[in-house]
Amino acid sequence: MQVNNDFQPVIVAFCCNWCSYAGADLSGTNRLNYPANVKIIRVPCSCRVNPMFILRAFQKGADGVIICGCHPGDCHYTSGNYYTRRRITLLYSMLDFLGIERNRTRLEWVSAAEGAKFAAVMNSFVDEVKKLGPNRRLEDLRCRKQ
Amino acid sequence: MQEAMIKRAKELLADGTVNRVMGWKKGEFAYDITPAVFDTAEELEQDFVCDDLTQANVSKYLIKESRKEGRILAFLKPCDTYSFNQLIKEHRIIRENVYVIGIPGGPKIDVEKIKAKGITGILSVKNEDYTLKIETIYGTETMPFYEAISGKCESCKSKKHVVYDELMGEEGDVLDSNRFDMVEKLENMTAQERYDFWRGELSKCIRCNACRNVCPACTCESCVFDNPASGISQKAAADSFEENMFHIIRAFHVAGRCTDCGECSRVCPQNIPLHLLNRKFIKDINSLYGEYQAGADTTSRAPLTDYKADDCEPSVVHERGAE
Repeated sequence: MQVNNDFQPVIVAFCCNWCSYAGADLSGTNRLNYPANVKIIRVPCSCRVNPMFILRAFQKGADGVIICGCHPGDCHYTSGNYYTRRRITLLYSMLDFLGIERNRTRLEWVSAAEGAKFAAVMNSFVDEVKKLGPNRRLEDLRCRKQ
Repeated sequence: MQEAMIKRAKELLADGTVNRVMGWKKGEFAYDITPAVFDTAEELEQDFVCDDLTQANVSKYLIKESRKEGRILAFLKPCDTYSFNQLIKEHRIIRENVYVIGIPGGPKIDVEKIKAKGITGILSVKNEDYTLKIETIYGTETMPFYEAISGKCESCKSKKHVVYDELMGEEGDVLDSNRFDMVEKLENMTAQERYDFWRGELSKCIRCNACRNVCPACTCESCVFDNPASGISQKAAADSFEENMFHIIRAFHVAGRCTDCGECSRVCPQNIPLHLLNRKFIKDINSLYGEYQAGADTTSRAPLTDYKADDCEPSVVHERGAE
């Protein structure tokens, strides 16, 4: 596949309010760089992310979706991220089963103290999605911007 | 079998154990067997059918029926008892109001497979010593029984009734089925091949919602696909995305609760192998979170409402070999 170097992917990051969103904030205050392709959506808990949200993000033009939550065991609501983990594993596996490129989806645990990890994760994820090119298999043609 | 069932149903109606019977009757066509409720012995005598073509799972009807006055008698095949048990577990069926008689399961015949042989104008189908005698308006045709076995019976998972008040025939066993073979075959394809396969299948979808309406696990009072604000309610998919989304979400909403009864694929007018999506979830759950059969009991926790501290990370999906 021809890689378009000018391609700037749209990345949707669902960040949990208590850990990852604060982690993103910390990476900002520390003046760490992460690409502007990443659009953060704050959710109360990673467990709030309905599978429909992920599909909707792809529909509306996302090229990659990443979910960030508290480390297992650290959930503000005790056990939310454990449920996330099972749910999202199954959903990603299903997307893979339907032939959607598996590297378009990711889940990472980022705590409020891990500003550096947040920036590193986003950098690597954007690089990976750039390699894959635009999302064509799970896009809605009516939503394509051109 | 049919005579014995009618006889027993009449007895139970007569002694007041039940006041209605959930069974099947002939639909628009003689081979089109439809679930039905019978109130009297005369109706039973006249219309009750249970033959090799009777495939429908009546568990879902019992949600409403068990909330009515009096008790209802239900005939359940082994696969139906799993759905029934799952619904008890979810507090959807009032167990006391249903009298369950376990009846032997299939293999059942799928009339679509007979039609696929070019046999049309079917009036009746009889199984004589594993040869089907098919009366049509053009004359009599025959075909081997095993060539017409329905898809859901070909990969039967169990002949054991998990819940019943009384049993007709002998108690069966849980089988060692080959039901994950096709899922495995797809998993071993490349992403492009899988994508092409599912595009070919899902693009046939006409969004008739039959798979959702028949599914014994889909019992929400209001469904996400009926939400007018969602933009996807009550209309055919306008785009490949909507086809994918409907089928991913439909399968996801029953993940961990699907008993693999195969009704979704049976009712699909477009013959989309929808059960493969459900089986993919079942296979993943079995391999990642331990063997689990929905409906096998009423006490265990469903895999998606449960967790372990050392569950695998979603990265297992990304670590699976080459694309």
